Amino acid sequence: MTSLSTTPDSASLRAGRSTQRGESVFRRLTMAAGVMVLVLLGAIAVFLIVKALPALEHDKVSFWTTQEWSPETRVFGIAALLFWTVMTSVLALVMALPVGLGVAVYITQYAPRRIATFLGYATDLLAAVPSVVYGLWGLIFLLPHLVGTQMFLSKWFGWIPLFANPNGAADQFSKSAFGAAVILGIMILPIIAAINREVLRQVDPSQKEAALALGATRWEMIRMSVLPPSRPGIISATMLALGRALGETIAVALVIANTPTISAHILTPVGATIASNIAVSFGDADSFGRSALIASGLVLFVLTLAVNLVARYVILRSGTEERSAV
Amino acid sequence: MSTLTSGSLQAEGIKHGSLPKWAIGATVVGAIAVTVVLFALTGFAGRADFLVVAAILSVVAIGIVSWQVEGKRKAVDRVATSGALLALVLTLLPLGFVIGYVIKEGKTRFNGSFLTHSMANVGPLASNGGVYHAIIGTLEQVLIASVISVPLGLLVAVYITEYGGNALATGVRFLIDVMTGIPSIVAGLFVLAFWIIALNQPFTGFAGALALAILELPIVVRTSEEMIRLVPSALREASYALGVPKWKTVLRIVLPTASTGITTGVMLAIARVIGETAPVLLVVGGNNFINNNPFSGAQGSLPLFIFQNALTSSTFNVQRAWAAALTLILVVVVLYVAARLLTRRNALARR
Repeated sequence: MTSLSTTPDSASLRAGRSTQRGESVFRRLTMAAGVMVLVLLGAIAVFLIVKALPALEHDKVSFWTTQEWSPETRVFGIAALLFWTVMTSVLALVMALPVGLGVAVYITQYAPRRIATFLGYATDLLAAVPSVVYGLWGLIFLLPHLVGTQMFLSKWFGWIPLFANPNGAADQFSKSAFGAAVILGIMILPIIAAINREVLRQVDPSQKEAALALGATRWEMIRMSVLPPSRPGIISATMLALGRALGETIAVALVIANTPTISAHILTPVGATIASNIAVSFGDADSFGRSALIASGLVLFVLTLAVNLVARYVILRSGTEERSAV
Repeated sequence: MSTLTSGSLQAEGIKHGSLPKWAIGATVVGAIAVTVVLFALTGFAGRADFLVVAAILSVVAIGIVSWQVEGKRKAVDRVATSGALLALVLTLLPLGFVIGYVIKEGKTRFNGSFLTHSMANVGPLASNGGVYHAIIGTLEQVLIASVISVPLGLLVAVYITEYGGNALATGVRFLIDVMTGIPSIVAGLFVLAFWIIALNQPFTGFAGALALAILELPIVVRTSEEMIRLVPSALREASYALGVPKWKTVLRIVLPTASTGITTGVMLAIARVIGETAPVLLVVGGNNFINNNPFSGAQGSLPLFIFQNALTSSTFNVQRAWAAALTLILVVVVLYVAARLLTRRNALARR
């Protein structure tokens, strides 16, 4: 009897030990993967800094205030690139935010369920079109079609410096910061629509029904019950879209003039963003030029990181969670 | 909705009239007519411009007419409704133009010979040549990127969901969110700085795969995490009650249950990175002939092919760019539709 009772005991003990070993191995494996993410992000920052330093040390002018980008003469600065990166992205956001939010409102509050599902797919598909395709389309289709709009803007709103065209020639309108902003706007539109759709969908339906029951029109219901609780989500979606616009490379590289000069006139053929400059200058760059481009990439990395951190912080603080991986 | 308001707000209806259904249609027609006159006077042209101006004028006109007849509240409501619809039109318009134009321009050169030939010994002024080398490059790079990022991403997702709750897991989750926002060109620059400059490696398809893996990882983690969270805890508890240890429960119960959703997520992640040009541009080298080995020698890539051909002004290059764009969009759409069809079969995500 005693001998019988000990055998299963030791067996289960042994089984237990091997299970524990399996458990701890698996746990450590997943933890190692988690730590890998930390290491990876750290490595991105470290290697960008280390490989940017050689160029920054030999820069003959101030990196932050110089507009020119000619590393071959050891003269390069981020001023114009940073200016146009922010400028084109903000303009794109100004154009895309009201429209994207409108689409999200339409899909979640107005459209019948079936149509809403279909429209959701359609906007997601728009987000899935590769940026190089947008760039090609922007270069060959959109730019020629924007000439009329640009002429209209410079003719009637030329008194605003933004739309002024000092040199005046109509055939000037080709590659411009305006074109870049429009293509960026089209590209971030589905992102704004998709994230805001998820945000607006999470509003408590009883709040909406309460507003309608009190006799509110549909718009009053949206303004009172849907938009206020969604505000953190909308702000976060906006920041994420801004981050995407800041880092967009290929589409901008194809439609912008790639001249790093600061100017207030977006219709004239000026402008180059950090990302577009990397794409265009990389081919001819020697090892010093590459180092200089890495320095500019580091600035872009910090800029997008800051924008994304703000977006996540807004979400974290509000306690809501948007579920889109876009 | 409309029957409800017209029925229940009789008192309102007495104070203010309410617009008959045809009035809205008439207003829109009026707005279009005004746009025609406007365009004739200002010499403005372009179908897209016309649509946009007519739509905006319609919204304004509906607001004014409704304000006169139905009062302020109803007018604001109508403007909001038509404004939201206008936003939708403005969003779908570019989608239609992009897809339509890519098909129209792409089909000139899109054929079997285009898909099965490379650009070896094809100059910018020759009308032949194709994307075979670029397709091989893209497929191999994306495959390697997925081989790296999918297992790693799954482990991270399991760590966050199953072993989470501590500061490290919260931090990792936060950083994954931040990683989704890293611009693709920065991922390319990192691989350039780390792999090619610091470790002194050559430009290869594998280097491109590394950059794509960095971009794919956070997407895989986010979608897998979501799917794992959807697995009912009753399934886990039943497994624990049978004496199955946690790690076996994760491997045998949780992951298989979430597998359909995870597959969908991986396919969407692949659809996202397959069109990335910027990281590939910096590290694969890019060439015109077939190189089946991603670990040695420069490789081409489909998005890179489009970019390089778009930059040169030869008609034939631009035609090739469009045909390659059509190829790329087809690949993305197939991946996307397949992922959606899979979602339909996914019992977890449907609930």
